[in-house]
Amino acid sequence: MKIGTPKESFAGENRVAMTPASALALQKLGYECVIQSGAGMGARFSDQEYKDAGVEVVKTAAALWKAADIVAKVRPLEGATEEKRVRKGQTVISFFYPAQNEAQLKLMKSAGANYIAMDMVPRISRAQKMDALSSMANIAGYRAVIEASNNFGRFFTGQITAAGKVPPAKVLIVGAGVAGLAAIGAATSLGAITLAFDVRPEVAEQIESMGAEFVYLDFAEEAQDGAATGGYAAVSSPEFREAQLAKFRELAPEVDIVITTALIPGRDAPKLWLKDMVEAMKPGSVVIDLAAERGGNCDLTVMDEKIETKNGVTIVGYTDFPSRMATQSSTLYANNIRHMMDDLTPEKDGVVVHNMEDDVIRGATVTFEGDVTFPPPPPKVQAIAAKKPTAPELTPEEKSALEAAAMKKSGMQQTLMLIAGGAVMLLIGAYAPASFMQHFIVFVLSVFIGFQVIWNVSHALHTPLMAITNAISGIIILGALLQIGSDNKLVLILAAISVLIATINVVGGFMVTRRMLQMFQKS
Amino acid sequence: MSIGLVTAAYIAASVLFILALGGLSNQESAKRAIWYGIVGMAIAIVATVSGPQMDIGAVLIVMMAIGAVVGVIVAQRVQMTGMPQLVAALHSFVGLAAVFIGINSDLTAHHFASDAEEVIHEVEIFIGVFIGAITFTGSIIAYAKLAGSISGNALILPGRHVWNVLMAGASIVLLVLYMQDASADTFSWQLYLMTAIAFVVGAHLVMAIGGADMPVVVSMLNSYSGWAAAATGFLLGNDLLIVTGALVGSSGAILSYIMCKAMNRHFLSVILGGFGGQKGPAMEIEGEQIAIDADGVASALDDADSVIIVPGYGMAVAQAQQSVSELTKRLRARGKEVRFGIHPVAGRLPGHMNVLLAEARVPYDIVLEMDEINDDFPETDVVMIIGSNDIVNPAAQEDPNSPIAGMPVLEVWKAKQVFVSKRGQGTGYSGIENPLFFKENTRMFYGDAKASLDSLLTRIS
Repeated sequence: MKIGTPKESFAGENRVAMTPASALALQKLGYECVIQSGAGMGARFSDQEYKDAGVEVVKTAAALWKAADIVAKVRPLEGATEEKRVRKGQTVISFFYPAQNEAQLKLMKSAGANYIAMDMVPRISRAQKMDALSSMANIAGYRAVIEASNNFGRFFTGQITAAGKVPPAKVLIVGAGVAGLAAIGAATSLGAITLAFDVRPEVAEQIESMGAEFVYLDFAEEAQDGAATGGYAAVSSPEFREAQLAKFRELAPEVDIVITTALIPGRDAPKLWLKDMVEAMKPGSVVIDLAAERGGNCDLTVMDEKIETKNGVTIVGYTDFPSRMATQSSTLYANNIRHMMDDLTPEKDGVVVHNMEDDVIRGATVTFEGDVTFPPPPPKVQAIAAKKPTAPELTPEEKSALEAAAMKKSGMQQTLMLIAGGAVMLLIGAYAPASFMQHFIVFVLSVFIGFQVIWNVSHALHTPLMAITNAISGIIILGALLQIGSDNKLVLILAAISVLIATINVVGGFMVTRRMLQMFQKS
Repeated sequence: MSIGLVTAAYIAASVLFILALGGLSNQESAKRAIWYGIVGMAIAIVATVSGPQMDIGAVLIVMMAIGAVVGVIVAQRVQMTGMPQLVAALHSFVGLAAVFIGINSDLTAHHFASDAEEVIHEVEIFIGVFIGAITFTGSIIAYAKLAGSISGNALILPGRHVWNVLMAGASIVLLVLYMQDASADTFSWQLYLMTAIAFVVGAHLVMAIGGADMPVVVSMLNSYSGWAAAATGFLLGNDLLIVTGALVGSSGAILSYIMCKAMNRHFLSVILGGFGGQKGPAMEIEGEQIAIDADGVASALDDADSVIIVPGYGMAVAQAQQSVSELTKRLRARGKEVRFGIHPVAGRLPGHMNVLLAEARVPYDIVLEMDEINDDFPETDVVMIIGSNDIVNPAAQEDPNSPIAGMPVLEVWKAKQVFVSKRGQGTGYSGIENPLFFKENTRMFYGDAKASLDSLLTRIS
């Protein structure tokens, strides 16, 4: 079958859904590849490069749609011209946003296309390789920091130079999804002090692992469990929102750069950075709103534009961050497509098997054989394992109280043991003859020494320890030696056997210990 | 030599033995420590032989010569994977010697200053023989189990605790009878009957203990052999025997304690055999085991920066330690961080894995204990599990109804990817399913550990 990629018709879109490298991989799956002339220009892939990779180049979009059995695109279909080109039985892969795109969904159903929406790939581990939203968000997060730096008049990193001291930039990142985490990484590696906030407290660990500081809210009730919503954030309660805004208000005068990435699936972006916060910011500060396409997290954001407020704060509302890094984003997106095709071609024979039993394929398919298959049933495998209830953290006071109690208990135990031991000793001492007691003292002290010495033996040397104690327990030979001079024949024989086996023990034990110890060596 | 000189030699020997054990605190000083032990033993034997009332007979020299030759041969021939059997076999010798020495003492005439001394002497004989006999048969059964000549499964007789108590009670009754008419001339049937009973007790105790508890059993027998030597020391009034026996006894006891702790079980429940009853239904496991071939593992290792290898008894069975070492060498040569995570009860002997890896020339500074490495798993790219099962079972932490709940385990599932080299889909020793195998980041690399690793080696140069 043939896979084709047209030139993106959306104005200013530079990405392309097939790269020369991904075309080679698709051919390995048994497909023939076709591309519209100039489709890769925006991402700096020339027609010649495609030809070299064995891709057929056709002149017009119409010819391409006709030739291809499978069409892979980036953006949703643009206008009636493109929509009309879809024919019955054709498989189309692109971003689709079915929840906001109902009219087109019906249209595709009546056109009889099998439509795979890349934005509907379920968030399960197996599907990560085709999760285009994540790969695009990653780029957006990175680019947001670069864009911020471009509009910010200072260094990110703090420096002390001969010409004076430069304070480091303070960056606040709101929403620690993929884009947020990528932004944290980029900002931190540029040297900024990075703060990050998210409504899901469980991401605190991820935020800290990227080198940012998690902004904790003093708010007990609302602990969102991201696992319930497939790893995405959900709408928060009004009280929580108030606490959150209060925290932002407190931070606004301090931070130089704010990057907002807060999105809730299927809803408008929540307003988190309000007008008064922008007004409280220092002149020269920058706000990058990655949620601009869905109305923006910032009150003042204008979609697709960069504005400057009266107090000198730049607010960037671009929606095409991935497209601004078209080479990188095309490479990743094309790989996502290729992995999707990989799953659609179990036999690697160039024939699509649209297996609606497969969680991933079922989830991403929005129309199939004349039916609308959106929304999909919940996947069988949960995105993230449900959180288990954990015991509440102990306060330091409780901990120290517990420790003190444990100490006291062990002290009591020790005292009791000593008393009991002493009583036993006294009992023995009262009846046993002096000669026995002399040996007994040696015995007890040796046990103590043994306990003290053995605790220090390294775990790795436990086997040699066993072997060497084995060898020295052959000391029992002394007993046999003392008896071997006996006149009694039976005693003599038994003693002789004892000497024999004890010697095996001694010699064998020491030899084998030596052999083992010699093997241990440092790298 | 006078008694004074002999005693002085004994003091020197005791000090040397303590130094020998103390030196095992790290690998470098251990190499010196072994010589302390050897010198100490030589001093002790020479001093005893040249002491008062000793005539060096031909028998003595011949016996020691034969023993030494056998010892050398055994020590050189033994494979490192066969260490558990060897250690168990050597324990049985100490036990048997203790039994013989006790019986000899009963056969020899003694003169006692007081009644109390006589009572003590008789009790000492009895205790020495009892412990020695248990050690002897227990070690033989342990040897047979470890060498695979009898099944490693726990043999659980009905009412086994009752039997043990009955046999212990019978031994005490026999002790009382023995004390009433003990003299060197009469035939001490009580002593011999008790010896027979103790033989049965020792065999029965170890029969009831299954394969994975073997580290505890071996160290427990080690402890017993020490106490047997100490009891013999009391019997003969020999302080060096008492000191050494006590050292060995406490050493074995501590090892048993450490092993039990590592399995989160009580010493008694291990010794009495079998797992405790299940408290409820086991947690349901979702997902499926996904297999992977050598190519997949090789490419994952290729991409990884940090690798942790977790070996278990399966590696010892397959004799795969050389291949593991070679894999480690190649990965390290490519600048990857390779480390080993060793669970305290991995294998059939305390420290078993360390010795096998050392034999295969894996440097000991990359072989780490569970506590040292457990926090590093989340930052690890690939974990290779070679023939271990229960010690990496997440059910120990996640499922309160699991028979191994609460046992400290290596948290391998926190790594980015886990490969499990395993012969088939069977369960571990404890017979419980391992949810690790069903996790999304786990891939099963089926096959004999050595064969799998060798095919992997052809793909990693």
